[in-house]
Amino acid sequence: MLWDALRLAFVAIIRNKLRSFLTVLGVVIGVAAVIAMVTVGEGSSAQVQASVERLGTNVLVVRPGRVRMGPPLGEPAPRFDLKDAAALAELPIVAHVAPQSNGSYPVVEGNANTSTQVSGTTAEYLIVQNWPLGMGRNFERSEEISGASVCILGQTVRATLFGAGDPIGATVRVRGLSCEVIGVLTARGAGSFGQDQDDLVLIPIKTMQRRLKGDNEVGSISVALLKSVESATGIRTVQALMRDRRQIEIGEGDNFSVTDMRDFNTLLSGVNSVMAGLLSAVAAVSLLVGGIGIMNIMLVSVTERTREIGIRLAVGASEGQVLAQFLIEAVVLSVLGGVIGIALGLALAWGGSIFLAIPFAPSALVVAMAFGFSALVGVVFGYFPARRAARMDPIEALRHQ
Amino acid sequence: MAAPLIAFRNVSRVYGSGEAEVRALADVSFQIAAGEFVAIMGPSGSGKSTAMNIIGCLDRPTFGEYLFKGIAVQGLGQDARALLRRHALGFVFQGFNLLPRQSALENVELPLIYKGMPGPERRARAREALRKVGLEGREGHDPSQLSGGQQQRVAIARALAGQPTVILADEPTGNLDSARGQEIMQLLQALNRQEGITIVMVTHEDDIARHAKRLMVFTDGRLTRDTAVGERV
Ligand SMILES: Nc1ncnc2c1ncn2[C@@H]1O[C@H](COP(=O)(O)OP(=O)(O)OP(=O)(O)O)[C@@H](O)[C@H]1O
Ligand SMILES: [Mg+2]
Repeated sequence: MLWDALRLAFVAIIRNKLRSFLTVLGVVIGVAAVIAMVTVGEGSSAQVQASVERLGTNVLVVRPGRVRMGPPLGEPAPRFDLKDAAALAELPIVAHVAPQSNGSYPVVEGNANTSTQVSGTTAEYLIVQNWPLGMGRNFERSEEISGASVCILGQTVRATLFGAGDPIGATVRVRGLSCEVIGVLTARGAGSFGQDQDDLVLIPIKTMQRRLKGDNEVGSISVALLKSVESATGIRTVQALMRDRRQIEIGEGDNFSVTDMRDFNTLLSGVNSVMAGLLSAVAAVSLLVGGIGIMNIMLVSVTERTREIGIRLAVGASEGQVLAQFLIEAVVLSVLGGVIGIALGLALAWGGSIFLAIPFAPSALVVAMAFGFSALVGVVFGYFPARRAARMDPIEALRHQ
Repeated sequence: MAAPLIAFRNVSRVYGSGEAEVRALADVSFQIAAGEFVAIMGPSGSGKSTAMNIIGCLDRPTFGEYLFKGIAVQGLGQDARALLRRHALGFVFQGFNLLPRQSALENVELPLIYKGMPGPERRARAREALRKVGLEGREGHDPSQLSGGQQQRVAIARALAGQPTVILADEPTGNLDSARGQEIMQLLQALNRQEGITIVMVTHEDDIARHAKRLMVFTDGRLTRDTAVGERV
C-alpha cells in the first residue's frame, strides 16, 4: 500500500510539472538565500576573529597627532623619530618595539612591476605582528644599522613580480633603489577591512628614511607589551613616557595617540556581528518569502486538488490512502527543493567567500534549520488542505469550485 | 427473506436552509433487488442525480434511511463507506470526473489501485475494460485529447473495471450518438444478464430506457412512477 501511495505521488508530481516546479522553487529560494547569507556572515565574523587572535600579545600603536574628528587644530603635531622608539624599548613592560615609516612606491623586477605599500621597519616587526616568514630570513641588526638595500616581500608582490620563480637573492628596484630580496612573508589574506595584507614590501627603516624619503621621521610605533601587563597599564605608561619626551605640560592634551589593537579589533567584531545579524534578518525574510511562495502554490492548487480528491474518494480511496499520497508528494517536493537549495546556497556562499576574500564557513545548524523550515512549510501546506478535502463527502469535494 | 440490495426509506435530501432551502428529494421510498436493471427518468432538476449520489455512498440523506444489503449507510464511518465504494459500487458520473493529465488507462486503473490489485493484472483489466467500450488504441490519451463521447466511455470503463456489485450510471449515453448509445446499452445488458451486476441508470431517452427491466420516474424530488418496463407504453 505504501508502494501504491508512493507511485500515485510520483505520478501526480510528474503530471503536474508546473505546480511541482513552483513548489520546489519556493523551497529552493528560501533555503539557498538563508544558507548563502548566514554562511557569508559567519565567514566574515570568523575572519575578524582570526585577526583578533593573530595578535597574540597586547599590541599598542603609537601615532603622532590626536585621534579626533574634524580639521586639524593649530600647528601639526611633531613627528616621532628612532630615539622615541628606542626610549619605548627601554620600558620594563615592553617586549618588542617596531617603528614604521610607510610609503607607496613602484616596485620593478625585469618587465614586471607593481605599485605597493613599502614599510620601513625593523626585524621586530615580524614578532610584533606575529607574522612568520615563508622563506628566506629576517633583517639582521647590521643591515638595520647601516640601512642596507635588502627587502622582504609580501606574497602578493612576490606572485606579481616572480610568479612561480624563486625570488631569494634576486634584485628588485623600489623607486629606483636596487634591493636584494632576502625573505618572503607567509600569506595572510585580507585584513579586517578586506584590504590585501600581502600587498607589501618591508625594508629596513633607515633605508626608507635615507634612500627613499630623505627624512628621519617615524610614522608610527608598534609596541608589544609583556604578556603579564594589562593593556590599560601599558597605555598609561607609554602615554607618560611620550608626554615627558614631548615636554607636554600638565593640563595640556596629548599630541599623540595610543591605540590598543585588540580594542580596535573587538570594535570591528562588534560591527561585524551587527552585520551578521542584519544578514540573518534578510535571510529570515527570504525564508518567509519562500515559505509564502510555497504556501500560495499549495493553496492555489487546492481547488483542482479538491476535485481530484473527490474523484479518488468516489472510486474507493479511503481518507488514509489519499492523505498518504499527498503527504508523500509534499515531502518529496520539499526535500527535493531543500537539497537543491542547500547545494545552491553553499555554492553561492562559496563564491561570495572567494569574492570577499573571507573564510568559507558553512554551518550544519543553519543548513538544517533552513531545510527544516522550508520542508515544514511545504508539508504543512500540502497536507492540511488535502486533509480537509479528504474528510468531505466525495460529492462535496467533487462540487468544490 | 434476504434484505434487498438497495432500500430507500422515506429519504429526503435538503440543500441549503431557510429561504434558500431546496428539497432535491422528498420522502422517497423504494427497493432494488440484486440483479435488477433499473432506468430512472424525469425532468431536469427532479432529483435523479441526487438519488444516484446517495445510492453510490457519495452523499447522505438529510432525513430517512438508506440501506445497502440491509445495512444503514448513515451508521457507517467514512472508511466503511469508502470500502463500500471500492468493492461494491461503480459510478459513472454525469460530468465524467476523470483525472486531468492522466491517461485513459491510468484513469481506468485508479479504482483497481485502491483495491490493491498488482500492476500487471491491473493494467490487463483496465485495457480489457477500455476494449469493451470501444477505446482500443486510446489507452495513452489523456482526457483533454478525447472527445466528450470518448471521455464518457472512459468513465464507463472505469466503473466496469472493478467488477462491482452495482453499476450506477448517471446519463451514460448523454454524449453518445445513438449507435454508440445502443452499443453501450448492449454492454450494460450483457453485464446485467451474464454477470448478474445490478444496474441503475439515469437517462432522458426512451430508446435507452427501453433496455432496462424497470423504470422509475422522478418528479420534483418525488418518485411518481415505478413500473416494469413491459407495462409501460
Ligand atoms: N449542491 C447543491 N446545492 C443546492 N441545490 C442543489 C445542489 N445539488 C442539486 N441541487 C438542487 O437539487 C435539485 C435536484 O438536482 P439533481 O442534480 O438531482 O437533478 P437531476 O434530476 O439530476 O437533473 P438533470 O437531469 O439536469 O441532471 C435541483 O433543483 C438542484 O438545483
Ligand atoms: Mg443529473
